[in-house]
Order: sequence, then C-alpha cells, then structure tokens
Amino acid sequence: MTGIENTAKIAWSRGKRGNLIWLLPPFLLLAAVVGWLFATDQFANLSRGAPPVENLTVERTILDDQGIRFLVRAGGSEAMTIAQVQVDAAYWQFAQDPAGSLERGASAWISIPYPWVLGESHTVNFVTDTGATFEEVIAVAVPTPKATASQLRSQALIGAVVGILPVTIGLMFYPVLRNVGREGMNFLLALTVGLLAFLFVDTLEDAFELAGAAAAIFQGPVLVLSAAAVGFLCLTAVGRRSGTPKGTALAFYIALGIGLHNLGEGLAIGAAFAAGLAGLGTFLVVGFAVHNITEGIGIAAPILKVRPPLSTFVALALLAGGPAVLGMWIGSLAFSPQWGALFLGIGAGAIMQVIVEVSAYLVRSNEGRRSALLSPAALGGFFAGLAFMLATAAAVKI
Amino acid sequence: MLRSWFRFDPGRRQFFGVAAAAAGGLAWAAGRTAGQAPGQPSHGQHGQPAVPTAKDAATPKADHEVAHGGMITVGEVDNDRNGFDPTALLTDWETGSVERMADGRMLRTFEVEVEDKEIEIAPGVFFPAWTYNGRVPGPSLRAKEGERLRIVFRNFGSHQHSMHFHGIHAARMDGVPGAGMVEPGGEFIYEFDAKPFGCHLYHCHAFPLTRHMHKGMYGAFVIDPDPDLHPEHADVARSRLLGTPENAEWQEMMMVMNGFDTNFDGENEFYAANTIAHCYAKRPIRVARNRPVRLYLVNVTEFDPINSFHLHANFFDYFDQGTTLTPTLKTVDLIMQCQAQRGILEFHFREHEPGLYMFHAHQSELAELGWMGMFDVVEDVA
Repeated sequence: MTGIENTAKIAWSRGKRGNLIWLLPPFLLLAAVVGWLFATDQFANLSRGAPPVENLTVERTILDDQGIRFLVRAGGSEAMTIAQVQVDAAYWQFAQDPAGSLERGASAWISIPYPWVLGESHTVNFVTDTGATFEEVIAVAVPTPKATASQLRSQALIGAVVGILPVTIGLMFYPVLRNVGREGMNFLLALTVGLLAFLFVDTLEDAFELAGAAAAIFQGPVLVLSAAAVGFLCLTAVGRRSGTPKGTALAFYIALGIGLHNLGEGLAIGAAFAAGLAGLGTFLVVGFAVHNITEGIGIAAPILKVRPPLSTFVALALLAGGPAVLGMWIGSLAFSPQWGALFLGIGAGAIMQVIVEVSAYLVRSNEGRRSALLSPAALGGFFAGLAFMLATAAAVKI
Repeated sequence: MLRSWFRFDPGRRQFFGVAAAAAGGLAWAAGRTAGQAPGQPSHGQHGQPAVPTAKDAATPKADHEVAHGGMITVGEVDNDRNGFDPTALLTDWETGSVERMADGRMLRTFEVEVEDKEIEIAPGVFFPAWTYNGRVPGPSLRAKEGERLRIVFRNFGSHQHSMHFHGIHAARMDGVPGAGMVEPGGEFIYEFDAKPFGCHLYHCHAFPLTRHMHKGMYGAFVIDPDPDLHPEHADVARSRLLGTPENAEWQEMMMVMNGFDTNFDGENEFYAANTIAHCYAKRPIRVARNRPVRLYLVNVTEFDPINSFHLHANFFDYFDQGTTLTPTLKTVDLIMQCQAQRGILEFHFREHEPGLYMFHAHQSELAELGWMGMFDVVEDVA
C-alpha cells in the first residue's frame, strides 16, 4: 500500500466524521433564529391588535339520555378557550373534559345536558372567550348507537350485505367465466379496470369530502394524496418483488384494493348512521349489493386460468367485503373525519395499483402487445364496467 | 358513493322517515330500545338531564340554580376586573356635584370620560367595548327637574364620540356631528336645563350609530320631578325625588336592557339587563316584601326591533318614558320597548310569599341568551 493511498483513506474516514459535524450548523442557525424570534417578538407590529385566528372542528357527536356530547378539536393560531355553549339560541351549562383552554391541535369532550328532541334538528354554537362563534348543526337528532350486541349484529348484517355478499355472488360466476376465450378474457379484465376506475374516482371524491370536514391542522387534501401515493407505491413495490403480479396474487391485490375502499366507505356510512344522517332502507341496501357484484367478477378475472382451492375464494370474499363490516363498526362507534380521509386515501392508492397491474396483466396475456388495451373487446369491457357501475348507482341514487 | 347515497337532506326529512319506516329501516329497528313505538323519544325523562359538574357533586344547588334547569351560562364574571358590579349598577346613581348659581338655581355638573375597554360580558367572554366612565351601561345620571345641567365630556377613546341626551336642549347641545361631536383627545361641555322630568337615556350619536350603540355607548338619564311644580301630585313627585324620606321608602333600581354581538355578524350573541348575561339569575336581586319597588327600565338593544320586560307572578303599573305622575298603563305584567324607549315600573310583593320571582324578556330567545333574572323576595332587607 503506498503512502498516498494511506493518506487518502485517513482523510476519507476523517471526512466522514467531519461531515456529520457539519450537520450541526444548519440546526444551530434554525434554533438560534427561532429562539430570537420568540424571545424578541419581532412580528408584534404586524398583528396591529388583531385578535388571534380561532378555529374549532367538531369531530364526533354523541346523543344519549345524558344530553349531547361533542369531541372538538382546536386549530387556532394560539390556544383558545370555549367560554359558553348555545344550543338552539340558548345558553346551556356544559362540562369540558379536559377543562381549560385548548392548545392548537388539542381536543376535548364537551358535554351538554340538553333535552334534545328525537328526529328534529338542533344547532349548537360554541362561543369562545373572544366572542367568536363556531356552529355545529345536528341535522337530525337520533340516539348515537351504542356497542350493544344487537347493534353490532345489525351493522355487521348491513356490512355483509353491501360488502361480502356481492363479492361472493360475483365470484360465483367463476365456473361460467372459466371457459371464455382470449377475447372474453380481455373483456373481463378491462371490465375490472373500468369498475376500478369508477371506484378510484368515487373513493377520492369521498376522501376529499371527509378531508374538508376534518380539522385544518390535518391538511386534508395533502393528507389524502399522500396516503394515496404511499398506498400505491408500497403495494406496487410489494406486489412486484417477484415480477408483476398475476393469477391468485393479482386477485388478492384487487381484493385488497376493494377491501380498503369498502373499509373507508364503511367508516363513512357508520359515521353518517351514528349522526342520524342515514336513512337506511332495504331498497338502498339491496341496490348496493347489486352495484357491488361487479367487484366479485373483477376479482375472479385474473384467476380464471388457474384453479385455486375453495378456501381462496372465501379468503378473497372476506378480504374484499369484510372491511365494510369493520368500517361500519368503527365508523358508528368511534370516528373522526381525518381517519376516514386517511383510509380512503390509502384505498384510492390501492385501487390505482390494481388498475395498473390488471392493465399490465392484460397486456402480458396478449403476448405483450400494448394494442390489446385498445382492442374492441378491451374497450368494450372497460366501458361496460363503467356503465354498469354508473347505471346501478343511478338506480339507487336519491 | 355510499356516502352520498346515505346522505341526509334536512329538507327531505319526512321522506326519509317514511322510507325508513316502510322499508323496515334494517339496522335502525334493531338499534331501537325494545317496545318503543317509532317516533317516541328514546330518552323519556329528559326534562332535567344532568351532566354532573364538579359543583353539582360537591354542593346541593341553591334555589336560583335550579330554576333555570341547566339552561344558563357557565361560570362567573370577574366584576373586579371589569371595574363594575351589576348588582351595584342597580342603585349606583351618579348625582354629580351641585352648586347654587347667581340666579338662585342649582347647577349640577357631571364628568364623563370615554375609554376603550375590554369587558367580560358573560363568564369568560370578552368584548372590546367603548365605555362612558369605564362601565357599560355608562353612569346613571340623575338630576332634579329645573336644574341647570353641565356635563363635562372628555373623549379618551380611539374614535370620535358624543353624548346625545334624550331631553330638551338647544341644537348645538345635541351631540350629533357638528354639535358636540368630540374627536379623540377632545373635550366638550354640554349644558342645558333638566327637563322634562322622566326616565330618559343618553347615548353616543357618532356614525355609524349601530356600531357606537352596540359597543356600549349608552346610559340612563333620570330627571326627578320637582314636587313644587306638580301640586296636584306632590306626594307622587316627592316619592320620585331622590333624597326625600318618601323616596327612601321605595326600592329603586335601574336596568338598561342591552345585547352584545360578539362575532360582529349583526346579531347579538348575548342579552342582558345591565350588560352581564344572567347576572341577576345567578345573584337574585333582594327585595323586601313590604316596600314598593320602582324600576327605571331603558332599552338600548341593537339589531333587534324590540325588547321586553315580563314579571312573573305579579303585575305592575307602567309610566311610559316616566314623564307623567300617573301610570300610562295600569296592571300589566309585560311591556315592550323599542330601542331608546324607556319607562318606570312600579310594583310590590306585599301579598306574596317570600321566594324567587323571575323576570325576563318575553322573547324567549333573548331570555335564553342571557336576559333573565330573579327577585329574591324576603321579609325585610337588612
């Protein structure tokens, strides 16, 4: 080893340690500037006596025989204080837990012993110490579901009917579809892409809506898109560890994407239901079941040429539909909009992943010809998938 | 998608109710308490639900804490911080200083200063008020009919202000732009004769009037009748004249009905008599059963067309604007006042048993947003 090489090595290892030391200055500068700004209040002259910005978001509402309870989250420029609470233009005694002023991002329960009226609307106004008011409307007052066995059972039933049942019915087309030829296969795969495209838009729309209802501190839209990106990239990376997914694996990814979608939906319905916003009729529930049958067909498409055991079908149905039940439970018992937005965002990413993978699978099963995507069978399938989803949605949409 | 299908539109509530009932409301039926007919509240004895507060647990409730059934503001206002106590405001007459002029008439001088001041108008709720002498309502000026009045007015506020008196005076003393409007840092002396006798008010007449009114620039202005000038009702006049033995028999008090728009949306969030929401509900006004009550009532409420006063379990005689010595309304238990309307209420509890007698605006909304209180009628006030 020559001297020059030795010197270079030492310099390199010194340099390595030296590099870490150079991490310090930027952080020190940041700390110094922040400390100086807080200590000297340089921007005091900019506020010109304006009151602090205040924001309050109601995340949960519970109505029971004790009155009304709200889970609220503060999001102002400073800590804020709820001084009084009006219900329908009258001041009411309330208890706050934890008491005191709310730090930015902090949440608390507000309990009001209010004799609410079943089936009617109530408007609640939170008055802060600066006199600002934050209104929350209870569109229709119904007792908030409790975690009783019968309650959980009936919600599970709804979840099963709108989630698991249609996927199962869709999967039951498997024996019939098995004998389709190349064109038929292309049609079915494209149909899957079509319905997934519908679900993707639908999921994002719901995610953004929930994001809008969440406290500003969660930065709803960015949260949704970040969750979607993370969901898409992680699932794609996992799915492609050993080549692009196909067959049973691809079916499971489709089931997962649809399952996440159904989880988000279940959360949202459960929450709407808890808030008295849902008028669940048999007609609507049945409408849903029909609407979701294509999901099962879509899941079955990649496994038409393999012969999975029956247990695989059961697992697929549970993975795709089961989360609807779970979502209903969580949504009606403990739900905040930011969680709904997060799950729906991940769900959108998952759906995008399977759209990409099913399309790739379609291309691959046509000897890698990309033009297969635009073949009459594929286009027909895609449009049929979209059309079916749109039509069944229109039939039950009020 | 599911969300939008299940979304509730309050305008179509009826449709949903019917649809859900007809369709069996799959989940809903299961969630109901067994044996309950649809449409029946599932929270039967909901008259007085109680979320226990720390206070409830510790001490039994006083009578006046029960009377509102939980519908009241929470907490206490820091009167010391405000610099005025609503109970004291009831009887805190500002009589100024008096001297005899060369012509033998009495000259009464008041000093009033404007100050921007944040006040606590309900427990924990702070309002950036404009005040006369640091209080809302401003000082209750009281004079005798026929006196010469001199009001030394200084404006230490951030906007121009004035004192516009409801009374008889020269145009240049009117307190409107061009006649006694005072810029910040300035001074003006209003001077006129105290007439006519009655229950009046003063307020700032700077524009926009709405903002200056609801920020707190108003106060009572009472001119007592001179018994010598009203021989036909000299006894009544004497009982109205502050400082006479006849007047001392009466339990006199002053209430200014006002409201506060704390979020500046053109509607009041809080209503009260004498500024502090629910102050006389939490600290009932003690009244001796055997002595008559005379209430000087002024309405300055902004944004609402009228305000009102209703007395429970009793009736009163009413002297609209207080400019007569005989009642303008006899035996009523409710009167209405538009903004700047005022009058005198006379009543007694001689034939009543001691107890809490409520009074409030009989617009329920105003009452429930703070404008209610109680008389605590006792055998005698120490």
